[in-house]
Amino acid sequence: MDTIVGIEIYPIISLSIFFLFFVLLLVWVFSYSKETINELGDIPLKEDN
Amino acid sequence: MEMQQFYYDNKIVKKFLYACIIFGVVGMLVGLILAIMFLFPNLTDGISFLSFGRLRPLHTNAVIFAFVGNAIFAGVYYSMQRLLKTRMYSDLLSNINFWGWQLIIVAAAITLPLGYSTSKEYAELEWPIDIAIALIWMVFGINMIMTILKRRERHIYVAIWFYIATFVTVAILHIFNSLELPVSGLKSYSVYAGVQDALVQWWYGHNAVAFFLTTPFLGLMYYFVPKVANRPVYSYRLSIIHFWSLIFIYIWAGPHHLLYTALPDWAQNLGVVFSVMLIAPSWGGMINGLLTLRGVWDKVRTDAVLKFFVVAITGYGMATFEGPMLSLKNVNAIAHFTDWIIAHVHVGALAWNGFMTFGMIYWLIPRMTKTKLYSEKLANFHFWIGTLGIILYALPLYVAGFTQASMWKQFNPDGTLVYGNFLETVTQIMPMYWMRAIGGTLYVAGLLVLVYNVIKTVAAGSKVEDELAEEPALAVISSKRMKGEKWHSWLERRPIQFTVLSLVAILIGGIIQIIPTIVVKSNIPTIASVKPYTPMELEGRDLYIREGCVGCHSQMIRPFRSEVERYGEYSKGGEYVYDHPFLWGSKRTGPDLHRVGAKYNDNWHFNHMWDPQSTSPGSIMPGYKWMYDNKPMDYSLIEKKMEVMVTLGVPYTEEDIKNARKSIDEQGALIEKNLHADPDFVKSYEESKKNAATRGEEFVPMKDREITALIAYLQRLGTDIKVKETVQNK
Repeated sequence: MDTIVGIEIYPIISLSIFFLFFVLLLVWVFSYSKETINELGDIPLKEDN
Repeated sequence: MEMQQFYYDNKIVKKFLYACIIFGVVGMLVGLILAIMFLFPNLTDGISFLSFGRLRPLHTNAVIFAFVGNAIFAGVYYSMQRLLKTRMYSDLLSNINFWGWQLIIVAAAITLPLGYSTSKEYAELEWPIDIAIALIWMVFGINMIMTILKRRERHIYVAIWFYIATFVTVAILHIFNSLELPVSGLKSYSVYAGVQDALVQWWYGHNAVAFFLTTPFLGLMYYFVPKVANRPVYSYRLSIIHFWSLIFIYIWAGPHHLLYTALPDWAQNLGVVFSVMLIAPSWGGMINGLLTLRGVWDKVRTDAVLKFFVVAITGYGMATFEGPMLSLKNVNAIAHFTDWIIAHVHVGALAWNGFMTFGMIYWLIPRMTKTKLYSEKLANFHFWIGTLGIILYALPLYVAGFTQASMWKQFNPDGTLVYGNFLETVTQIMPMYWMRAIGGTLYVAGLLVLVYNVIKTVAAGSKVEDELAEEPALAVISSKRMKGEKWHSWLERRPIQFTVLSLVAILIGGIIQIIPTIVVKSNIPTIASVKPYTPMELEGRDLYIREGCVGCHSQMIRPFRSEVERYGEYSKGGEYVYDHPFLWGSKRTGPDLHRVGAKYNDNWHFNHMWDPQSTSPGSIMPGYKWMYDNKPMDYSLIEKKMEVMVTLGVPYTEEDIKNARKSIDEQGALIEKNLHADPDFVKSYEESKKNAATRGEEFVPMKDREITALIAYLQRLGTDIKVKETVQNK
């Protein structure tokens, strides 16, 4: 293989993957309720010892 | 709900902790010896297995895989059981993990000084040990995933996400970088050559830093910092973003180790962009760690454990600020190959990994032995002497790095180099090497104080016992998404799906970078005049690998005026197509060797390798006297080596292989003849013949000794492109 056909589309795809990745990540974290997120953060402190 | 009783396995944690401390002392002492060798290069003169080139991989492997590795296992085994409210899945697997890992370390400690090395940084171990690492790592992974599956806590806490990513990614990195074809029981050749080998190696090397030295420790940070400070992590939301963005971006950044090299430009630039982006998740994590201490900063004043954590996280922040900066091409042009990089990695290793581990040890040992730390004062002393050690280690090397770079690049008005002799830069920075050794000594002294403190604590405490705990069983719920359950909440309770998703996240970057470099031939233009090594050169190259020359010498001339002036024509990707493995190196304690071929005569190399200071006053290179021993060089594997090379695509003909011994004999005889040009050589050669005769020993002619093969290789280096003709491969 000498070159990749249609290489121009790659940067656009890459940017879209990136954009989507971080948008989804934000949706992910901000869809938690305040109580749940606090509960999750408290897990290490829940042990008796 | 019915309460279930179970025991946390503390004994396995104890074992890993002790191993971590023991190997920490060993690994750092070897490091200290190496630092002292910069000052007294002939400290271990004539002892092959204690030479710098062979000890250097022992130091890096011991510190990374033995000290940090055992710290990871100790922390993971302790925190995971408690975060998941269950004992580890299998005691047998835990113990196989422990003993297997220690066996691998011992195997490394034996083979590396004996010269069994692949020469690929942090992946130097030979193929049987590579296989053992893969198997033991799988045992660790299975034990972890199965423990998650039998947990009593619905949500998988973020620390464990980092552990999962560590397991998955290290497995992938290790397997793909270690693909090699065995020649014998302890010798193999990388399946990749030249540029491709370099790309795969630094995809591995960089991500070994990411997924062995960083992600597991971030997991530990997310568990131990809240635990010790007794407050939840500053922002759990931030920790989720931290996790996904870090593992997604990190994997792309490897090519920043290869800027201005023969790696295709697009791959270099991709590496730069992602390295710069990395600062966001890294600093997000650092801030999250430090802000966890909000409201308890008063405790930091008195609590040694928290002090260690604060400096560790700060060190992480410094190293991850420096990393993206070093990845900028203009900064990299200065820093690469200099001692700056050594300073950079040691800020990461000594502060981030070292201090995080020390904090963890000081916190865990009293808890598990149900007593108080023997001396809080000594722990504080350790903290201060260690911190001072880090500063004294790093700062001089930053100065050394800048000094080297500016001296290497300085021109006279007439266009010649101001410091044309490489040694001028070496002698200039000797005071820095002294200070570095002192800094290292302080750091090791701190570690020894820890050892004493731990021994006293353990002696006063009770025997480490498994710990009784009581938790309700987890109610069985559907494995599918329940009504009203969010997608991510579902994912966060499904370990297998979660593992697969993190695998996908890390594969994207690797695939996009590596596959085009391997399949698109135009990325590596071939050069018609580049021919495979002769049998003797190939064997000489293996000696170069055995002695770890790559630890101090690069074979990669960057396309800078200063480098072309100093070393010769800059290096082309096509020159390395037969190099299994590549030997570009990453540090120039000595000069680049890519165009050293035909630069000096054979006698010069002969005298230089015996006593470097005789030809190069002020040199800090050690002699390699064992290569002159009155013993024939072992050529027994040459045919096999060439056959393996043929399998890997090197065009040796059957005739080449058949005539290998003859060719070796001829080339050796020619070098021996050249050596006779020096009357001193003739004199001492005749003398040693007589001495052998009086001792009744058989005399091995010089042409059959190791040094001759090495000279053959050195004289070949970079000579192929004297005929300049680049041909695009069809």
